[in-house]
Amino acid sequence: MQKDENANCKAIVFQLQDEEFAIPVEFVGGIERMMHITRVPQTASFVKGVINLRGVVTPIIDLRSRFGMEQLDYNNATRIIIVTVDNKEVGLIVDQANDVMDIPQSSIESAPNVIGSVNADYIEGVAKTGDRLLILLDLQRVLSADNALQTPEVEGQ
Amino acid sequence: MDTTQYLDVFIDESNEHLEVLSNQLLSLEKDPQDKTIIEEIFRAAHTLKGMSATMGYQDLADLTHKLENVFDAIRYDRITVQTEMMDVLFTVLEQLHAMVEDISSGGDGKQDIAAVVQQLQAIEDGSGLMHATKDENSHKTDVAVDITLDEYELSILEQSAEQGFHNYKIHVRLISDCLLKGVRAYMVFDALGKLGEIIHSEPSVTELEEENFDDTFTIIFVSKESEDKIKSSIVNIAEIEQVVIENFAADAGKKTSEVVDKKEGSPSQAAEKGNGNTSHQAPAAGHKTIRVNTEKLDSLMNLFEEMVIDRSRLEQISSEVNHKELQETVEHMSRISGDLQDIILSMRMVPIEQVFSRFPRMIRKLARELDKNITLEISGADTELDRTVIDEIGDPLVHLLRNAIDHGIETPEQRKSKGKSEQGTINLRAYHSGNHVFIEIVDDGAGINKEKVIQKAIENHIITADQKHALTDQEAFELIMESGFSTADKISDISGRGVGLDVVRSKIESLGGSVIIHSEHEKGSKFIIQLPLTLSIIAALLVKLQTEIYAIPLSTIVETAIIRKQDILSAHQKKVIDFRGSVVPLVFLKDIFHVPAQEAPETDFLSVVIIKKGEKMAGLVVDTFIGQQEIVLKSLGNYLTEVFAISGATILGNGKVALIIDSNALIK
Repeated sequence: MQKDENANCKAIVFQLQDEEFAIPVEFVGGIERMMHITRVPQTASFVKGVINLRGVVTPIIDLRSRFGMEQLDYNNATRIIIVTVDNKEVGLIVDQANDVMDIPQSSIESAPNVIGSVNADYIEGVAKTGDRLLILLDLQRVLSADNALQTPEVEGQ
Repeated sequence: MDTTQYLDVFIDESNEHLEVLSNQLLSLEKDPQDKTIIEEIFRAAHTLKGMSATMGYQDLADLTHKLENVFDAIRYDRITVQTEMMDVLFTVLEQLHAMVEDISSGGDGKQDIAAVVQQLQAIEDGSGLMHATKDENSHKTDVAVDITLDEYELSILEQSAEQGFHNYKIHVRLISDCLLKGVRAYMVFDALGKLGEIIHSEPSVTELEEENFDDTFTIIFVSKESEDKIKSSIVNIAEIEQVVIENFAADAGKKTSEVVDKKEGSPSQAAEKGNGNTSHQAPAAGHKTIRVNTEKLDSLMNLFEEMVIDRSRLEQISSEVNHKELQETVEHMSRISGDLQDIILSMRMVPIEQVFSRFPRMIRKLARELDKNITLEISGADTELDRTVIDEIGDPLVHLLRNAIDHGIETPEQRKSKGKSEQGTINLRAYHSGNHVFIEIVDDGAGINKEKVIQKAIENHIITADQKHALTDQEAFELIMESGFSTADKISDISGRGVGLDVVRSKIESLGGSVIIHSEHEKGSKFIIQLPLTLSIIAALLVKLQTEIYAIPLSTIVETAIIRKQDILSAHQKKVIDFRGSVVPLVFLKDIFHVPAQEAPETDFLSVVIIKKGEKMAGLVVDTFIGQQEIVLKSLGNYLTEVFAISGATILGNGKVALIIDSNALIK
């Protein structure tokens, strides 16, 4: 069938440091501007806390800190991407949300061991469209809950 | 017929009727002669039969039908209640429960009921022969007694008897192919009219004239003539097949009329039973109720929670804006929504009876299995709790009760040798106190053996041998709620797999409650469960740590205090204070929660919130108290589960999230 050849995967593209990442739209519940985050004590350093997302208390993860990148002050471009994976609703802090685009399935390749600064464990694949290189995140792994709590505070701010 | 839309109602009502059956069977066991109990059981069985037949659950209908037959027989004294019967009846009840459960979980309620049906049949037949003959008798007499007299007629009969008249009852049968029944009847009346006076006829004269009767009619007749003369005057009339004349005593008439009343009662009973539900529940309830889907109540609650958040936001805005009319309106709205909150919360309150009601049966069964003699005394079953709590509290209670039966109460022989009465007692009590509901399970059994508990705890590496001397009784008893602990020498099905009490404790703590154990060796044990009244909106004290705001549930707070720094003492490298005569350890929340340090002016005073868990207290040191507020409990979601010392979050008036402190985790 044509499907395999031409099927597209619609994805939200966002930026962290100088790399572009992509998350399939079906996981994404919305993109929010930065808002007040209430810190939750005794959680991993990348868990920034919780926000009031229209009445729902939603935990927030800083993706830079999740991937061990250098911390950056939040600015006007900073966005929170709300994703729902395995019944867990979480907000991801990213440098900026760039685009919604169709990524042809054919352009997706499995990930090399290390790509840029993100460990391959969290990467599902890499897509090349034109001159852009998009890293597709494996959200299940990024949000695996077992490491959200135990690491006691080692604040890297 | 598509009955799916009625399924929920069917299940609800079935459960109610089963509840009635279960309660009444238990009372019947205690008082087998009580007719009202038997009536009640009969009615419940009958309604259940009708409902399940309509819904097409044949097995359920069959079984309840048999049950109904048995109680019908009991109610008319055809058989008497015997202890052996009770076991069968309870088995039937179990089976009915299982069927309804099956139906409610989507099954078809099919069960192998042959065995119990046979047992029921045997009960019914226990005096079956006698019952059959009696039945025939009543059929024979049926024709004869089929007469009702009113008081006026009765008084005539009495007077005529006094004055030397004879009262006769004349039964006339026309031949079956009689063409002019009305005319023949008239001729009989006419003939009799010459000899005496007709007091009453059955069917009535009008009906006879309209030929509105079968072949027979009965007349009550007063006359001075002899039986034979009357008879001869009637049999001469053509087309009359048979005439039976008998003496009729006036007081017999009274009796007959009573019998007739009863007879008339039975056909109409069906109708009465049909709406029996309303007629017998209405006086008990005394007010009108409607069924509301619990989902609607839940969404009402959710909407109201949103409103509570907006309310506190409005309150904050109005205090900032300082506009008089706005302030008045907001204040008024706050009061109204406060009332609304009370009503919504009370709508979700359910009497704990729902949970308690299944225990008597369970205890009875377990006690039999273990050959123990146990009575369960329940009090405070009308205590109300939030529906969510009710749904969750059943299993822990079952567990504690099973424990009390299995480990607590001794066998009758053991009890005797200890000089106790052979019958053990378990008290199940529920009551309100403040913002809490307490449930106590008290048994008069062997109590907890502290030494044994400690020994076992050391064996199972729950504590070390060094720790054992420092343990208070209370702490020792609480060891039995640690995971991997079991003191029963013998493992039974009922309890004692070592995976019990820790589950009970964590369940109750997840409901925001706590368990306290008291025990006295050879005297018994007491488990006290403390539960919050409601789980969704609670009153809390808001406190500030630097810039962060936290909420402490008011229910755990004893009081707040300002203490001087020089009053802090040191004991075992811990900071404590002397609070009203007791030593209370201090917990510095800023350290526990790693609140980012900020320059704060040094003061000589500390703000302390004294919290309590059971007998233990602790003082939480905070920066400032903000005030009391109704807060809506929200979870932190599925990503952040079990954050230390945080039981959830709430949304404040300014839209920000504040975390709720789990005081239980802070008291060791």
